[in-house]
Amino acid sequence: MSGVLRDMWDYLQSPDAWSGRNGLPALAWAHLRVSVVALLVAAAVAVPAGVVLGHVKRGALVAVSVVNIGRAVPSFAVLALLLPFSLRYGFGLGFWPTIVALVLLAIPPIFTNTYTGVRDVPADAVEAAQGMGMRGGELVRRVELPVALPLVLTGLRVSAVQVVATATLGALVGYRNLGTLIVTGFTSPDKGRMLAGAVAVALMALAIDALFALAARVLVPWRRKPGRWADVTVTGRDGAATAVP
Amino acid sequence: MTAPLTAAEPLVRWDWVRDHTDDITAAFWEHLHLTAVAVAVGFAISLVLALVAVRWRWTYEPLAGICSVLYAIPSLALFGVLVAIPFFGLGFRTAMVALVSYTLLILLRNIVAGFDGVPAAAREAADAMGYERWRRVLQVDLPLAVPAIVAGLRIATVTTVGLVTVTALVGKGGFGDLINDGLSRDFPTPIVVGTVLSVALAVALDVAFVALEWLITPWARAARRARAPAGAEVAP
Repeated sequence: MSGVLRDMWDYLQSPDAWSGRNGLPALAWAHLRVSVVALLVAAAVAVPAGVVLGHVKRGALVAVSVVNIGRAVPSFAVLALLLPFSLRYGFGLGFWPTIVALVLLAIPPIFTNTYTGVRDVPADAVEAAQGMGMRGGELVRRVELPVALPLVLTGLRVSAVQVVATATLGALVGYRNLGTLIVTGFTSPDKGRMLAGAVAVALMALAIDALFALAARVLVPWRRKPGRWADVTVTGRDGAATAVP
Repeated sequence: MTAPLTAAEPLVRWDWVRDHTDDITAAFWEHLHLTAVAVAVGFAISLVLALVAVRWRWTYEPLAGICSVLYAIPSLALFGVLVAIPFFGLGFRTAMVALVSYTLLILLRNIVAGFDGVPAAAREAADAMGYERWRRVLQVDLPLAVPAIVAGLRIATVTTVGLVTVTALVGKGGFGDLINDGLSRDFPTPIVVGTVLSVALAVALDVAFVALEWLITPWARAARRARAPAGAEVAP
């Protein structure tokens, strides 16, 4: 073990750890970029869909099915299935199969949490707003979305962590990122690089998780509860979002 | 990753499936074995943690906190760390540590929620009948918590079945080995077969848990019939 740690230390001190297209900065940037783009695309699809369906209170079956399918279909399988199509239709290796798989992975938690949040806005709040003359879009914007915000953020947080985690698998279809260090490390005698990549991915995932926890505390100050840790995400790992009561 | 796939290559070559039924059967047993051991070990650990958390309430937040940190660590990162340690290396131990650690948060939260959901009246009646604390927990609280616990087991199991495909990367993957094989050879048939069977296994185990819950909670059936459809599979 100490040998591996020393290998990692040596790697971190070598110049190729910090420069070039195989250096940690370039790989981390590629990792972060594909994750952020995937999350934004997924949010652009899933939040409006969840808001609309939640507002009209239709589509419970869709919400359940999306989560269950998302949980049962492994992202690794999605990635592997996308590769032949990507090659066949000229999108090539790497970026495209990775980002499509990540978007598909990220949609279910965001959609279901947004849907649940908007649908379950207390009826008295909605009625009070209607009594004040709010209708349609205004009701959504000023009452339903703010009340649903904690759950929307939970969905985004769950998806973001899963996306960062799963982006590592992009290395298997030729998208160079921090996962590349890990995947090539399995078969290489140099375990120091692998450990450095693993630690970097873990730190990135934990940092993203913490960032969203912080965002939730800042954006939703009225919902601060005594439970700081236990109160966080309740989720299945592969796209399973569960409403926090 | 060699020659790009030609348009002529079908998604599934049935003759390959016919010729590899032995491999597919072996993959099925390995997948089931890894899932069963991981969920069983994860459940045993979570049950102990949950009992501690219910008895000494202040321990719940730190325990759940540790489990959420474990949960947030990407599986590939965990593999990377464990493979670097000779005791774990490539294989069963590394796969198991990763699989078990991801079940803990789901199961702990659901078991604790199940205990919290036990009606105070049932608890007080048991106390009044002279049940000692641990006997009451085992004979009254635990059975009443079964629906929430099974909900957690279902999520944990379906999630684990999916994750086992990824443990193919450390050499223990069940259907994931088929997917990995197809991926490395640019050959879609094993990818499709591995994916379909992995999803089918997840669905089958999910249904099995529903049946199990139905069997072991006879008192809930009448109530369930009277209630509206439960809707989302949402843990409490």
